[in-house]
Amino acid sequence: MTNPCSCRPDCCTQGAPAGCEKISSPFVPLPAAAPKDIPCCGSPITKPAGPHEMPGYTICQFVRNFTETPTGRVPIIDTRLTGRDWLGAFRVRLGIFRDAYQVAPGIYGAGSPGPDSPVLVTANYKLSFDTLRRQLGSVDAWIMVCDTRGINVWCAAGKKTFSSQEVADRAVRCNLTQLVRHRQLVLPQLSATGVSAQKVKQLCGFEVVWGPIRAEDITRFLKNGMTADETMRRVTFSTTERLVLTPVELYLLAKPLVRVLAAVFLISGFGPGLFSFHAAWSRGLYAAAAFVLGIFSGAVVMPILLPWIPGLSFSLKGATTGLICAVLLPRGLSGTAFSALMLVVMAVSSYLAMNFTGCTPFTSPSGVEKEMRLAIPLQAVAMLAASVLWILAAFV
Amino acid sequence: MKTFRYLPGVATLSLDDTTCVGCGMCETVCPHGVLKIDHKKAAIIDPDGCMECGACATNCPVHAITVTPGVGCASYIIQTWIKGKEAATCGGGSCC
Ligand code: SF4
Ligand code: SF4
Repeated sequence: MTNPCSCRPDCCTQGAPAGCEKISSPFVPLPAAAPKDIPCCGSPITKPAGPHEMPGYTICQFVRNFTETPTGRVPIIDTRLTGRDWLGAFRVRLGIFRDAYQVAPGIYGAGSPGPDSPVLVTANYKLSFDTLRRQLGSVDAWIMVCDTRGINVWCAAGKKTFSSQEVADRAVRCNLTQLVRHRQLVLPQLSATGVSAQKVKQLCGFEVVWGPIRAEDITRFLKNGMTADETMRRVTFSTTERLVLTPVELYLLAKPLVRVLAAVFLISGFGPGLFSFHAAWSRGLYAAAAFVLGIFSGAVVMPILLPWIPGLSFSLKGATTGLICAVLLPRGLSGTAFSALMLVVMAVSSYLAMNFTGCTPFTSPSGVEKEMRLAIPLQAVAMLAASVLWILAAFV
Repeated sequence: MKTFRYLPGVATLSLDDTTCVGCGMCETVCPHGVLKIDHKKAAIIDPDGCMECGACATNCPVHAITVTPGVGCASYIIQTWIKGKEAATCGGGSCC
Protein backbone atom coordinates (compact mmCIF):
# COMPACT_ATOMS: atom_id res chain seq x y z
CA MET A 1 0.00 0.00 0.00
CA THR A 2 1.31 3.43 -0.80
CA ASN A 3 1.45 5.81 2.00
CA PRO A 4 0.69 9.35 0.84
CA CYS A 5 1.24 10.97 4.18
CA SER A 6 4.78 11.81 5.13
CA CYS A 7 4.85 9.74 8.28
CA ARG A 8 6.23 6.23 8.31
CA PRO A 9 3.53 3.52 8.15
CA ASP A 10 4.57 1.98 11.45
CA CYS A 11 4.07 5.18 13.39
CA CYS A 12 0.44 5.69 12.53
CA THR A 13 -0.76 3.25 15.13
CA GLN A 14 -3.44 5.60 16.34
CA GLY A 15 -5.04 5.87 12.93
CA ALA A 16 -3.88 7.95 10.05
CA PRO A 17 -4.46 11.69 10.43
CA ALA A 18 -7.26 13.23 8.47
CA GLY A 19 -6.36 13.61 4.83
CA CYS A 20 -4.23 10.50 4.74
CA GLU A 21 -6.91 8.24 3.29
CA LYS A 22 -7.79 10.40 0.31
CA ILE A 23 -5.24 9.05 -2.07
CA SER A 24 -7.19 9.71 -5.22
CA SER A 25 -5.74 13.17 -5.93
CA PRO A 26 -2.03 13.95 -5.77
CA PHE A 27 -2.86 17.51 -4.67
CA VAL A 28 -4.31 16.67 -1.33
CA PRO A 29 -4.61 19.83 0.72
CA LEU A 30 -3.44 19.38 4.26
CA PRO A 31 -6.19 19.84 6.81
CA ALA A 32 -6.67 23.55 7.51
CA ALA A 33 -6.76 23.03 11.22
CA ALA A 34 -4.63 20.08 12.15
CA PRO A 35 -6.26 17.92 14.76
CA LYS A 36 -4.27 18.58 17.87
CA ASP A 37 -4.96 15.30 19.57
CA ILE A 38 -3.42 13.12 16.89
CA PRO A 39 0.33 13.13 17.12
CA CYS A 40 2.17 12.26 13.94
CA CYS A 41 5.55 10.74 14.63
CA GLY A 42 5.47 12.08 18.11
CA SER A 43 4.88 15.73 17.30
CA PRO A 44 1.74 17.68 16.47
CA ILE A 45 1.12 18.55 12.82
CA THR A 46 2.59 21.94 11.94
CA LYS A 47 1.12 24.68 9.74
CA PRO A 48 0.39 23.84 6.11
CA ALA A 49 2.88 24.96 3.49
CA GLY A 50 2.45 28.64 2.60
CA PRO A 51 1.55 29.88 -0.90
CA HIS A 52 5.08 31.11 -1.56
CA GLU A 53 6.98 27.99 -0.69
CA MET A 54 8.98 26.48 -3.52
CA PRO A 55 10.81 23.18 -3.75
CA GLY A 56 14.48 23.59 -2.94
CA TYR A 57 14.09 26.98 -1.25
CA THR A 58 13.56 28.05 2.32
CA ILE A 59 11.81 31.29 3.08
CA CYS A 60 14.03 33.39 5.34
CA GLN A 61 12.44 34.14 8.65
CA PHE A 62 12.82 37.90 8.11
CA VAL A 63 10.55 37.76 5.05
CA ARG A 64 7.06 38.83 5.99
CA ASN A 65 5.36 38.57 2.65
CA PHE A 66 5.88 38.76 -1.09
CA THR A 67 4.77 41.41 -3.54
CA GLU A 68 4.25 41.08 -7.26
CA THR A 69 6.20 43.60 -9.34
CA PRO A 70 6.90 44.06 -13.06
CA THR A 71 10.20 42.27 -12.42
CA GLY A 72 8.66 39.35 -10.59
CA ARG A 73 7.97 38.42 -7.05
CA VAL A 74 9.90 40.42 -4.43
CA PRO A 75 10.14 39.52 -0.75
CA ILE A 76 8.91 42.12 1.74
CA ILE A 77 11.04 42.08 4.84
CA ASP A 78 10.10 42.54 8.44
CA THR A 79 11.56 45.73 9.90
CA ARG A 80 11.57 44.33 13.40
CA LEU A 81 14.30 41.97 14.51
CA THR A 82 13.28 38.74 16.19
CA GLY A 83 14.99 36.87 18.97
CA ARG A 84 16.68 34.75 16.36
CA ASP A 85 18.24 37.78 14.68
CA TRP A 86 19.57 39.02 17.99
CA LEU A 87 20.90 35.60 18.89
CA GLY A 88 22.61 35.36 15.50
CA ALA A 89 24.12 38.82 15.95
CA PHE A 90 25.26 37.89 19.43
CA ARG A 91 26.99 34.76 18.17
CA VAL A 92 28.67 36.62 15.35
CA ARG A 93 29.89 39.26 17.79
CA LEU A 94 31.35 36.57 19.99
CA GLY A 95 33.25 35.26 17.01
CA ILE A 96 31.31 32.07 16.37
CA PHE A 97 29.94 31.38 12.87
CA ARG A 98 31.38 34.58 11.52
CA ASP A 99 31.82 33.25 8.03
CA ALA A 100 28.36 32.13 7.04
CA TYR A 101 26.30 35.08 8.15
CA GLN A 102 25.00 36.20 4.79
CA VAL A 103 21.77 37.06 3.03
CA ALA A 104 21.06 36.27 -0.60
CA PRO A 105 21.96 39.21 -2.88
CA GLY A 106 19.11 40.77 -4.84
CA ILE A 107 16.15 43.02 -4.35
CA TYR A 108 13.98 43.15 -1.24
CA GLY A 109 11.16 45.47 -0.25
CA ALA A 110 10.26 47.26 2.98
CA GLY A 111 6.76 48.57 3.73
CA SER A 112 4.72 48.89 0.54
CA PRO A 113 7.28 50.01 -2.03
CA GLY A 114 6.22 51.33 -5.43
CA PRO A 115 7.83 52.63 -8.63
CA ASP A 116 8.82 55.89 -6.93
CA SER A 117 10.26 54.41 -3.74
CA PRO A 118 13.98 54.95 -3.10
CA VAL A 119 16.44 52.12 -3.68
CA LEU A 120 18.77 51.61 -0.72
CA VAL A 121 21.90 49.61 -1.43
CA THR A 122 23.69 47.53 1.19
CA ALA A 123 26.10 44.63 1.71
CA ASN A 124 25.03 41.01 2.06
CA TYR A 125 26.52 40.63 5.52
CA LYS A 126 23.51 39.78 7.66
CA LEU A 127 24.47 42.26 10.39
CA SER A 128 24.63 45.11 7.86
CA PHE A 129 21.31 44.03 6.40
CA ASP A 130 19.68 43.69 9.82
CA THR A 131 20.95 47.08 10.97
CA LEU A 132 19.40 48.73 7.94
CA ARG A 133 16.15 46.77 8.14
CA ARG A 134 15.65 47.61 11.80
CA GLN A 135 15.93 51.33 11.07
CA LEU A 136 13.38 51.42 8.30
CA GLY A 137 10.27 51.29 10.49
CA SER A 138 7.35 52.21 8.28
CA VAL A 139 9.41 53.57 5.38
CA ASP A 140 8.52 52.31 1.91
CA ALA A 141 11.71 51.43 0.10
CA TRP A 142 13.52 48.88 -2.00
CA ILE A 143 16.67 47.33 -0.64
CA MET A 144 19.23 46.17 -3.12
CA VAL A 145 21.64 43.74 -1.48
CA CYS A 146 24.99 43.45 -3.24
CA ASP A 147 27.17 40.38 -3.17
CA THR A 148 30.01 41.52 -0.94
CA ARG A 149 30.84 37.92 0.05
CA GLY A 150 29.21 38.35 3.41
CA ILE A 151 31.50 41.19 4.45
CA ASN A 152 30.26 44.45 5.95
CA VAL A 153 30.01 47.67 3.96
CA TRP A 154 33.22 49.29 5.19
CA CYS A 155 35.53 46.28 4.87
CA ALA A 156 33.96 45.16 1.61
CA ALA A 157 34.51 48.59 0.09
CA GLY A 158 38.12 48.48 1.30
CA LYS A 159 38.61 45.06 -0.27
CA LYS A 160 36.76 46.15 -3.40
CA THR A 161 34.11 43.45 -3.26
CA PHE A 162 31.66 46.31 -2.79
CA SER A 163 32.61 47.91 -6.10
CA SER A 164 31.17 50.03 -8.90
CA GLN A 165 31.00 46.92 -11.06
CA GLU A 166 29.11 44.91 -8.46
CA VAL A 167 26.59 47.70 -7.84
CA ALA A 168 25.99 48.23 -11.57
CA ASP A 169 25.77 44.50 -12.34
CA ARG A 170 23.37 43.98 -9.48
CA ALA A 171 21.17 46.85 -10.68
CA VAL A 172 21.00 45.29 -14.12
CA ARG A 173 20.36 41.79 -12.78
CA CYS A 174 17.60 43.09 -10.54
CA ASN A 175 15.99 44.81 -13.52
CA LEU A 176 15.85 48.05 -11.60
CA THR A 177 14.84 50.06 -14.65
CA GLN A 178 11.61 48.04 -14.74
CA LEU A 179 11.07 48.24 -11.03
CA VAL A 180 11.39 51.98 -10.44
CA ARG A 181 10.71 55.11 -12.46
CA HIS A 182 13.58 57.18 -11.00
CA ARG A 183 17.27 56.56 -11.70
CA GLN A 184 18.87 56.93 -8.29
CA LEU A 185 20.61 54.57 -5.90
CA VAL A 186 21.21 55.45 -2.26
CA LEU A 187 24.56 54.03 -1.17
CA PRO A 188 26.06 54.09 2.32
CA GLN A 189 28.76 56.75 2.41
CA LEU A 190 31.34 54.29 3.68
CA SER A 191 31.11 52.31 0.46
CA ALA A 192 32.66 55.27 -1.39
CA THR A 193 36.07 53.70 -0.82
CA GLY A 194 35.15 50.96 -3.28
CA VAL A 195 32.39 52.52 -5.35
CA SER A 196 32.85 55.41 -7.74
CA ALA A 197 29.62 57.29 -8.33
CA GLN A 198 30.80 58.31 -11.77
CA LYS A 199 31.57 54.75 -12.82
CA VAL A 200 28.23 53.41 -11.60
CA LYS A 201 26.50 56.04 -13.69
CA GLN A 202 28.51 55.06 -16.76
CA LEU A 203 27.89 51.36 -16.25
CA CYS A 204 24.18 51.26 -15.47
CA GLY A 205 22.80 54.76 -15.83
CA PHE A 206 21.86 55.13 -12.19
CA GLU A 207 23.00 58.14 -10.25
CA VAL A 208 24.59 57.45 -6.87
CA VAL A 209 23.27 59.47 -3.94
CA TRP A 210 25.57 59.17 -0.95
CA GLY A 211 23.50 58.22 2.05
CA PRO A 212 24.46 58.60 5.69
CA ILE A 213 27.29 56.61 7.28
CA ARG A 214 25.08 55.07 9.95
CA ALA A 215 21.88 53.21 9.13
CA GLU A 216 20.18 54.86 12.09
CA ASP A 217 20.16 58.14 10.16
CA ILE A 218 18.51 56.69 7.07
CA THR A 219 14.93 57.71 7.83
CA ARG A 220 16.04 61.23 8.72
CA PHE A 221 18.04 61.33 5.49
CA LEU A 222 15.04 60.25 3.43
CA LYS A 223 12.72 62.71 5.19
CA ASN A 224 15.18 65.54 4.50
CA GLY A 225 14.76 64.92 0.80
CA MET A 226 17.88 62.76 0.53
CA THR A 227 20.29 65.22 2.03
CA ALA A 228 22.73 64.41 4.78
CA ASP A 229 23.85 66.95 7.32
CA GLU A 230 27.35 67.15 8.74
CA THR A 231 26.69 64.69 11.59
CA MET A 232 25.46 61.99 9.20
CA ARG A 233 28.65 62.38 7.17
CA ARG A 234 31.17 61.92 9.97
CA VAL A 235 32.27 58.56 11.23
CA THR A 236 32.04 57.90 14.97
CA PHE A 237 33.70 55.44 17.29
CA SER A 238 31.64 55.48 20.46
CA THR A 239 32.26 53.39 23.55
CA THR A 240 29.53 50.96 22.47
CA GLU A 241 31.00 50.70 18.99
CA ARG A 242 34.36 49.87 20.55
CA LEU A 243 32.90 47.53 23.14
CA VAL A 244 31.16 45.22 20.65
CA LEU A 245 34.51 44.64 18.95
CA THR A 246 36.28 43.23 21.99
CA PRO A 247 34.71 39.74 22.25
CA VAL A 248 35.81 38.84 18.72
CA GLU A 249 39.30 40.06 19.51
CA LEU A 250 39.41 37.79 22.54
CA TYR A 251 37.95 34.84 20.65
CA LEU A 252 40.57 35.11 17.93
CA LEU A 253 43.30 35.06 20.57
CA ALA A 254 42.18 31.76 22.08
CA LYS A 255 44.04 29.60 19.56
CA PRO A 256 47.44 31.27 19.61
CA LEU A 257 47.17 31.56 23.39
CA VAL A 258 47.31 27.77 23.81
CA ARG A 259 50.66 27.61 22.05
CA VAL A 260 52.03 30.60 23.91
CA LEU A 261 51.02 29.15 27.27
CA ALA A 262 52.76 25.86 26.44
CA ALA A 263 55.97 27.82 25.92
CA VAL A 264 55.36 29.81 29.09
CA PHE A 265 55.07 26.68 31.24
CA LEU A 266 58.17 25.23 29.59
CA ILE A 267 60.28 28.31 30.32
CA SER A 268 58.99 28.41 33.88
CA GLY A 269 60.38 24.93 34.51
CA PHE A 270 64.01 25.97 34.04
CA GLY A 271 65.83 26.47 37.32
CA PRO A 272 68.70 25.33 39.53
CA GLY A 273 68.04 21.63 38.86
CA LEU A 274 67.91 22.31 35.09
CA PHE A 275 64.23 21.45 34.72
CA SER A 276 61.53 20.83 37.29
CA PHE A 277 57.96 19.89 36.50
CA HIS A 278 56.89 21.22 39.85
CA ALA A 279 58.34 24.64 39.02
CA ALA A 280 56.95 24.49 35.50
CA TRP A 281 53.50 24.23 37.00
CA SER A 282 53.73 26.53 40.02
CA ARG A 283 55.78 29.30 38.41
CA GLY A 284 54.05 28.73 35.07
CA LEU A 285 50.75 29.70 36.63
CA TYR A 286 52.16 33.08 37.64
CA ALA A 287 53.51 33.67 34.16
CA ALA A 288 50.24 32.56 32.58
CA ALA A 289 48.41 35.04 34.80
CA ALA A 290 50.66 37.77 33.43
CA PHE A 291 49.71 36.82 29.85
CA VAL A 292 46.02 36.80 30.61
CA LEU A 293 46.38 40.17 32.31
CA GLY A 294 48.22 41.51 29.28
CA ILE A 295 45.45 40.30 26.98
CA PHE A 296 42.81 41.84 29.22
CA SER A 297 44.70 45.11 29.22
CA GLY A 298 45.40 45.25 25.49
CA ALA A 299 42.17 43.83 24.09
CA VAL A 300 39.61 45.08 26.62
CA VAL A 301 40.87 47.94 28.79
CA MET A 302 42.71 49.83 26.08
CA PRO A 303 39.87 49.72 23.47
CA ILE A 304 37.35 50.91 26.05
CA LEU A 305 39.53 53.69 27.45
CA LEU A 306 40.96 54.60 24.02
CA PRO A 307 40.02 58.29 23.88
CA TRP A 308 41.09 58.96 27.47
CA ILE A 309 44.55 57.40 27.47
CA PRO A 310 47.12 60.07 26.67
CA GLY A 311 49.26 59.76 23.56
CA LEU A 312 48.62 59.06 19.90
CA SER A 313 50.34 55.77 19.26
CA PHE A 314 48.28 52.69 20.09
CA SER A 315 51.24 50.60 21.20
CA LEU A 316 52.18 53.26 23.72
CA LYS A 317 48.60 53.45 24.97
CA GLY A 318 48.62 49.67 25.36
CA ALA A 319 51.88 49.75 27.28
CA THR A 320 50.37 52.39 29.57
CA THR A 321 47.29 50.34 30.42
CA GLY A 322 49.60 47.33 30.81
CA LEU A 323 51.68 49.18 33.36
CA ILE A 324 48.54 50.07 35.32
CA CYS A 325 47.08 46.57 35.05
CA ALA A 326 50.35 45.12 36.35
CA VAL A 327 49.31 46.16 39.86
CA LEU A 328 46.85 43.25 39.66
CA LEU A 329 49.73 40.76 39.39
CA PRO A 330 49.79 38.20 42.22
CA ARG A 331 51.67 39.24 45.38
CA GLY A 332 54.63 37.48 46.93
CA LEU A 333 57.04 37.54 43.99
CA SER A 334 60.68 38.55 44.16
CA GLY A 335 61.68 41.87 42.61
CA THR A 336 63.24 40.16 39.60
CA ALA A 337 60.23 37.93 39.01
CA PHE A 338 57.85 40.86 39.33
CA SER A 339 59.81 42.96 36.82
CA ALA A 340 59.75 40.04 34.38
CA LEU A 341 56.00 39.65 34.63
CA MET A 342 55.41 43.37 34.46
CA LEU A 343 57.34 43.47 31.19
CA VAL A 344 55.20 40.62 29.89
CA VAL A 345 51.95 42.43 30.70
CA MET A 346 53.19 45.62 29.05
CA ALA A 347 54.54 43.93 25.92
CA VAL A 348 51.45 41.77 25.36
CA SER A 349 49.14 44.68 26.02
CA SER A 350 51.12 46.95 23.72
CA TYR A 351 51.10 44.41 20.89
CA LEU A 352 47.37 43.76 21.10
CA ALA A 353 46.57 47.45 21.39
CA MET A 354 48.56 48.00 18.22
CA ASN A 355 46.47 45.30 16.52
CA PHE A 356 43.34 47.16 17.50
CA THR A 357 44.22 49.77 14.84
CA GLY A 358 42.63 47.35 12.38
CA CYS A 359 39.26 47.88 14.01
CA THR A 360 39.29 51.64 14.16
CA PRO A 361 37.87 53.98 11.54
CA PHE A 362 40.53 56.66 11.88
CA THR A 363 44.02 55.14 11.82
CA SER A 364 45.84 55.64 8.54
CA PRO A 365 47.86 52.69 7.17
CA SER A 366 50.91 54.95 6.85
CA GLY A 367 50.58 55.81 10.53
CA VAL A 368 50.11 52.19 11.58
CA GLU A 369 53.16 51.12 9.64
CA LYS A 370 55.25 53.91 11.11
CA GLU A 371 54.17 52.97 14.60
CA MET A 372 54.84 49.28 14.04
CA ARG A 373 58.38 49.83 12.79
CA LEU A 374 59.19 51.37 16.12
CA ALA A 375 57.01 49.34 18.43
CA ILE A 376 57.56 45.75 17.31
CA PRO A 377 61.32 45.70 18.01
CA LEU A 378 60.66 47.24 21.44
CA GLN A 379 57.97 44.67 22.21
CA ALA A 380 60.32 41.87 21.14
CA VAL A 381 63.14 43.20 23.30
CA ALA A 382 60.76 43.49 26.27
CA MET A 383 59.66 39.87 25.84
CA LEU A 384 63.23 38.66 25.56
CA ALA A 385 64.26 40.60 28.66
CA ALA A 386 61.22 39.23 30.47
CA SER A 387 62.18 35.63 29.63
CA VAL A 388 65.76 36.16 30.82
CA LEU A 389 64.63 37.81 34.05
CA TRP A 390 62.05 35.10 34.65
CA ILE A 391 64.62 32.31 34.32
CA LEU A 392 67.09 34.28 36.46
CA ALA A 393 64.42 34.71 39.12
CA ALA A 394 64.29 30.93 39.53
CA PHE A 395 67.91 31.00 40.75
CA VAL A 396 67.61 33.74 43.34
CA MET B 1 36.27 62.92 14.38
CA LYS B 2 38.14 65.41 16.46
CA THR B 3 38.13 63.28 19.61
CA PHE B 4 40.13 60.54 17.93
CA ARG B 5 43.45 61.56 16.52
CA TYR B 6 46.29 59.50 15.19
CA LEU B 7 49.90 60.08 14.22
CA PRO B 8 50.35 63.43 12.45
CA GLY B 9 52.28 64.15 9.28
CA VAL B 10 52.09 60.69 7.72
CA ALA B 11 49.06 60.70 5.45
CA THR B 12 49.88 60.28 1.76
CA LEU B 13 47.00 62.50 0.65
CA SER B 14 47.68 65.11 -1.99
CA LEU B 15 45.53 67.35 -4.10
CA ASP B 16 46.26 68.99 -7.42
CA ASP B 17 44.13 72.09 -7.34
CA THR B 18 44.85 73.05 -10.92
CA THR B 19 42.94 70.00 -12.19
CA CYS B 20 40.19 70.23 -9.55
CA VAL B 21 36.87 71.35 -10.97
CA GLY B 22 35.27 72.01 -7.61
CA CYS B 23 32.48 69.45 -7.96
CA GLY B 24 32.45 68.79 -4.21
CA MET B 25 32.31 65.01 -4.45
CA CYS B 26 35.39 64.54 -2.26
CA GLU B 27 33.91 66.72 0.46
CA THR B 28 30.75 64.60 0.44
CA VAL B 29 32.37 61.19 0.66
CA CYS B 30 35.15 61.89 3.16
CA PRO B 31 34.13 60.44 6.53
CA HIS B 32 36.52 62.74 8.41
CA GLY B 33 35.88 66.17 6.95
CA VAL B 34 39.42 66.39 5.62
CA LEU B 35 38.45 68.20 2.42
CA LYS B 36 36.39 71.31 1.93
CA ILE B 37 35.36 73.36 -1.06
CA ASP B 38 36.70 76.88 -0.85
CA HIS B 39 36.30 79.36 -3.71
CA LYS B 40 35.20 76.62 -6.13
CA LYS B 41 38.27 74.50 -5.41
CA ALA B 42 38.80 71.65 -2.98
CA ALA B 43 41.25 72.25 -0.15
CA ILE B 44 42.79 69.90 2.39
CA ILE B 45 41.77 71.47 5.68
CA ASP B 46 42.71 68.69 8.09
CA PRO B 47 45.50 66.50 6.64
CA ASP B 48 46.14 64.69 9.94
CA GLY B 49 42.51 63.58 10.12
CA CYS B 50 42.92 61.52 6.94
CA MET B 51 42.79 57.75 7.38
CA GLU B 52 43.80 57.05 3.77
CA CYS B 53 40.59 55.25 2.91
CA GLY B 54 40.75 56.44 -0.68
CA ALA B 55 37.07 57.38 -1.00
CA CYS B 56 37.90 60.87 -2.25
CA ALA B 57 40.38 59.68 -4.86
CA THR B 58 38.02 56.93 -6.08
CA ASN B 59 35.24 59.46 -6.56
CA CYS B 60 37.08 62.43 -7.98
CA PRO B 61 35.93 62.72 -11.62
CA VAL B 62 39.15 64.38 -12.78
CA HIS B 63 41.65 62.39 -10.68
CA ALA B 64 42.88 65.48 -8.88
CA ILE B 65 43.42 63.57 -5.63
CA THR B 66 46.03 60.94 -4.95
CA VAL B 67 46.34 58.89 -1.82
CA THR B 68 47.89 55.49 -1.16
CA PRO B 69 44.94 53.62 0.21
CA GLY B 70 45.50 50.61 2.35
CA VAL B 71 44.32 48.52 5.22
CA GLY B 72 45.24 50.18 8.49
CA CYS B 73 45.46 46.87 10.24
CA ALA B 74 48.60 45.70 12.04
CA SER B 75 48.25 41.99 11.30
CA TYR B 76 47.74 42.78 7.63
CA ILE B 77 50.85 44.93 7.54
CA ILE B 78 52.90 42.22 9.24
CA GLN B 79 51.77 39.85 6.51
CA THR B 80 52.83 42.28 3.81
CA TRP B 81 56.26 42.44 5.43
CA ILE B 82 56.62 38.68 5.55
CA LYS B 83 54.81 37.44 2.46
CA GLY B 84 54.69 40.56 0.31
CA LYS B 85 51.77 42.73 -0.74
CA GLU B 86 50.10 40.18 -3.00
CA ALA B 87 49.86 37.27 -0.59
CA ALA B 88 48.69 39.22 2.43
CA THR B 89 45.10 38.70 3.46
CA CYS B 90 42.88 40.06 6.09
CA GLY B 91 41.40 36.58 6.56
CA GLY B 92 40.22 35.85 10.05
CA GLY B 93 41.44 39.27 11.04
CA SER B 94 39.51 41.16 13.60
CA CYS B 95 38.82 44.09 11.34
CA CYS B 96 36.00 42.55 9.38
S1 SF4 C 1 36.22 65.53 -6.25
FE1 SF4 C 1 38.00 66.18 -7.41
S2 SF4 C 1 37.24 67.73 -8.80
FE2 SF4 C 1 35.65 67.42 -7.28
S3 SF4 C 1 36.09 68.99 -5.75
FE3 SF4 C 1 37.14 67.15 -5.06
S4 SF4 C 1 39.20 67.34 -5.92
FE4 SF4 C 1 37.92 68.80 -6.99
S1 SF4 D 1 41.45 59.27 1.99
FE1 SF4 D 1 39.52 59.08 3.09
S2 SF4 D 1 39.89 60.14 5.01
FE2 SF4 D 1 41.50 60.78 3.62
S3 SF4 D 1 40.72 62.63 2.70
FE3 SF4 D 1 40.17 60.98 1.32
S4 SF4 D 1 38.14 60.39 1.95
FE4 SF4 D 1 38.97 61.62 3.62
